[in-house]
Amino acid sequence: MAAEIIVEVTKTFSGRTPIRAGFRYPVEASTVLILFGPSGSGKTTILRSVAGLEWPEEGTIQFVSRVWLDTRSRIKVSPQERHISYMAQDYALFPNYSVAGNIAYGLGELTLVERQKRVQEMVELFHLTGLEDAKPRELSGGQQQRVALARAVAPRPQLLLLDEPLSALDAPTRAQLRGELRGLLKQLALPSIIVTHDWAEALTLGDVMAVMHEGAILQVGAPQEVFSRPANADVARVVGVETVVQGTLIEAREGLATVRVGEISLTAVAVENVGSDVFVCIRAEDVTLEPAGAGLTSARNHLVGTVSAITSLGALARVTIECGFPLVAVITRSALTELGLTVGASVRASFKAGSAHLISRQ
Amino acid sequence: MNWIAIWVTFKLASLTAAALLVIGLPIAYWLAYSTWRWKFVVESIVALPLVLPPTVLGFYILVAIGPHSPIGRFYADLVGHPLPFTFEGLLLASILYSLPFAVQPFATAFEQVDRKLIEASWTLGLSKVRTFFKLILPLSTAGLITGAVLSFAHTLGEFGVVLMVGGNIEGVTRTVSIDIYDEVQALNYAGAAKTAAFLLVISYLVLLLVYAMNRKVWAVWPQK
Repeated sequence: MAAEIIVEVTKTFSGRTPIRAGFRYPVEASTVLILFGPSGSGKTTILRSVAGLEWPEEGTIQFVSRVWLDTRSRIKVSPQERHISYMAQDYALFPNYSVAGNIAYGLGELTLVERQKRVQEMVELFHLTGLEDAKPRELSGGQQQRVALARAVAPRPQLLLLDEPLSALDAPTRAQLRGELRGLLKQLALPSIIVTHDWAEALTLGDVMAVMHEGAILQVGAPQEVFSRPANADVARVVGVETVVQGTLIEAREGLATVRVGEISLTAVAVENVGSDVFVCIRAEDVTLEPAGAGLTSARNHLVGTVSAITSLGALARVTIECGFPLVAVITRSALTELGLTVGASVRASFKAGSAHLISRQ
Repeated sequence: MNWIAIWVTFKLASLTAAALLVIGLPIAYWLAYSTWRWKFVVESIVALPLVLPPTVLGFYILVAIGPHSPIGRFYADLVGHPLPFTFEGLLLASILYSLPFAVQPFATAFEQVDRKLIEASWTLGLSKVRTFFKLILPLSTAGLITGAVLSFAHTLGEFGVVLMVGGNIEGVTRTVSIDIYDEVQALNYAGAAKTAAFLLVISYLVLLLVYAMNRKVWAVWPQK
């Protein structure tokens, strides 16, 4: 039997859209699955069901060769027996235990010596040296997040579940920890499922991404693929970023970065510590279209290309322009008519440097 | 002052509080975490001594432990003498009488432990029992002390139940409140006043301790 996670569950809540979600994907040592969706889409419920903290009325959950839930044959494996770790959105650190006490909490089965050694390892790995005796309330948000993560991975679980691991942090800390978390997950070689509604997190952390909307899984695939080729209009709306392309950071000067995407050079606002391999992400509503050969604008990026697809979205239209890479723009129907755009037409697409977001691929 | 009565009273109150600390915990745990739909039935039974006249409660306990009931006969066969009008009988009655004063603060404290912490403990592999002792209990100390102190204080002042079940035996079942009653009956107001003042001061000090310790928990009724 292939090493797989299989989730197929139904759960109803009074007054809410019922959750009927299913997905399966192969697990390797360090596969990170992103459960992506807006709040209320049911992603936390799925995560909690995998943890054994929520019991779907119907369905099966399987991890590798173990059945954790099968409502038909009445199999219900308790969270204790699943050997997983679950990190809640607000970390749920034990207020009555110190940093070291929190990390050691799940290590009851080790001998005292082993336990101390493991705690020491975790303290070093998560840069918590000197804070061993501090209580959670004395720590900063970033430190609390690291303690929660250290506590979760200390017992060496077979699956790590993180619910919005970075959402409780302020924006600069979040950006910094996003990169660190990616490195850590790869270093620990621990399969993980991460719930998030932040597309930058999904792209940075994920190997596989499942998009959830109103209780259902709409698409499963590699994050870049899901972003740039959404399976349908619902996925496109949920992910919100239509253009994601791989590029190479050539230089960063005076706050502006030059990124090479194939043959094309783009200007983006520089971000610290992204490395040279980047994803360039552009939201469709940030792209403006004008006739080819139009005059100067304040936008730093002008790309001439041909229209390869037009999809109607009611009052709006989604236009894909082939300009070295597929670039998606959302414009009004009236603009579409005025510009006389049809498939095959030549057009100039513009977007500001600030609209080209760079995400590290390391 | 009747020091013998004071000694009996403090012995009774301490043992009652200690026993309730043991008996009350599982009941409170169940009340705090059970999702059974008929839970309110049990809740009402536990709260009954709050509203029942002590004489009514005392009467039923007396009948239940008397020589005509199976429990009473079993006890008498086992120990050699019947349970009513002994210190043990009085202790049993006190435990039942003070049950809500212990269980309700315990349950309130358990309910106030963040559910997410308990779930974190489970996913870290700790069984429900170990989670209780390693996490829930240490986070509920204020509630535990409140419950123990309230049941102690409540037992100090009980009268009706003592009279019904314990009688009025010097050095065995004569508590301070009975002693005050006896003094008044004997028109010894000076003696009664001294003992009453003593009881008032002790009770006030005990409550002072409870409320100084936790300002948020209203001691007797669980906050919903």
